[in-house]
Amino acid sequence: MSEPSYPPELRYHREHDWARIEGDVATFGITWFAQDSLGEVVFFEPPAVGSQVTQHEPYTEVESVKAVSDVIAPLSGEVVEVNEALVERPDAINSDPYGDGWLIKVRLADPAEGDALLARDEYVALLG
Amino acid sequence: MGPFAGWEMPIQYEGPIAEHLAVRATAGAFDVSHMGQIETRGPAALALLERLCTNDVGRIPIGGAQYTVICREDGGMLDDLITYRLEADRYLTVTNAANHERDLSWFADHAGPDVEVIDRAVDYAMIAVQGPLAREMVQAIADAPLPERMAIAERTLNGAPALVAGTGYTGEDGVEVLLDPADAPGVWSAILRRGATPAGLAARDTLRSEVCYPLYGNDLTVERGPIEAGLGWCCRSGDGYVGAEAIAAVRAAGPREKLVAFVVDRGVARPGNAVAGGGVVTTGTYSPSLEVGIGMAYVPAAHAAIGTALEIDVRGRPRTAHVAARPLLKV
Repeated sequence: MSEPSYPPELRYHREHDWARIEGDVATFGITWFAQDSLGEVVFFEPPAVGSQVTQHEPYTEVESVKAVSDVIAPLSGEVVEVNEALVERPDAINSDPYGDGWLIKVRLADPAEGDALLARDEYVALLG
Repeated sequence: MGPFAGWEMPIQYEGPIAEHLAVRATAGAFDVSHMGQIETRGPAALALLERLCTNDVGRIPIGGAQYTVICREDGGMLDDLITYRLEADRYLTVTNAANHERDLSWFADHAGPDVEVIDRAVDYAMIAVQGPLAREMVQAIADAPLPERMAIAERTLNGAPALVAGTGYTGEDGVEVLLDPADAPGVWSAILRRGATPAGLAARDTLRSEVCYPLYGNDLTVERGPIEAGLGWCCRSGDGYVGAEAIAAVRAAGPREKLVAFVVDRGVARPGNAVAGGGVVTTGTYSPSLEVGIGMAYVPAAHAAIGTALEIDVRGRPRTAHVAARPLLKV
């Protein structure tokens, strides 16, 4: 995805991760800014289904040719689904960070944690 | 752009994978002007180089090139170099940017009468053009046939005088061009107009990793010697150079550790990752051509056989890799 994009319906974490909240389940991924800074993702290994993720803490890594980056959980919960397709095609994280590049789905531990996240315009303002 | 050894360097242009693949498929152009150059001239130039270089400098013909290592008395590697013999008593040695000042002092400190050691680093910009179509592209702007592999000659490129050498760091065919910095932008543009893809340091690193060329600072340091690094082939026998005795001792006893190439089953290993059993990764990256994690590591000699399974600690997670034959990619 060559042009910056930040869908308005998502919630954003200042460490460049997004959450799509649907009831008590949320989908997580990294933002356009994160994938652009990282470069072409060459390796991604999802966490195990059933494991716990904690808001503000890293739950996995994405790896580009030159570097590795922690991925931060925007919200806490239990991993209920992971994007296995990324194992073969990690570059979907670059080409479609909000669609095919989704990383994991989580059953939320505490939906009120969403208050700590940023709306799209606030996140974009952060990027300067 | 990013800083490296006091220079602002192009890490990438379009993207490291695209640039890497372009070099393997057609040709890429690298600005490697950060490399240093030391000229050694005079009746005692050969003697000085023979004193410092592990390789047999006396065998370089006029217009020839040779790879060598220079070592301390204890055999620790100070740098790896290419030396070109421009005239009977005039040599040009290309140094790694981070080691240039140290190399220059090393040369100067060992020089006696009848030899001049001249710092030529600021006099030369350097462009490497590498890939199956590299020679064709550079030939199109040259006034005469380009020199062969491991040879160097003066040519005029796009109207500018240049030294053109049949050397490179990617495993591909190609040339390296040394020229006046003032002429470099014009020659660079001319090469790009011929179809070369601009390529940065990131691609340079993945390309050399695939063919297992060592990188000073990673695979080669003062803490290790050339035999361990697999560079015994460029270390002549006898005691005529600094470090020769230490190197001979390691040769006789057999090295206790060896630099091996490996392929990772899943994931990417990185420099500094520990290898279970007492080793360390010194080169580690993702290979765009092989589409797998690759690298080189020093391991105990007993674990160096092709096919040996290595367990590499990648940020707390064990990853399995297997020792593989060099080069990892056959070009």
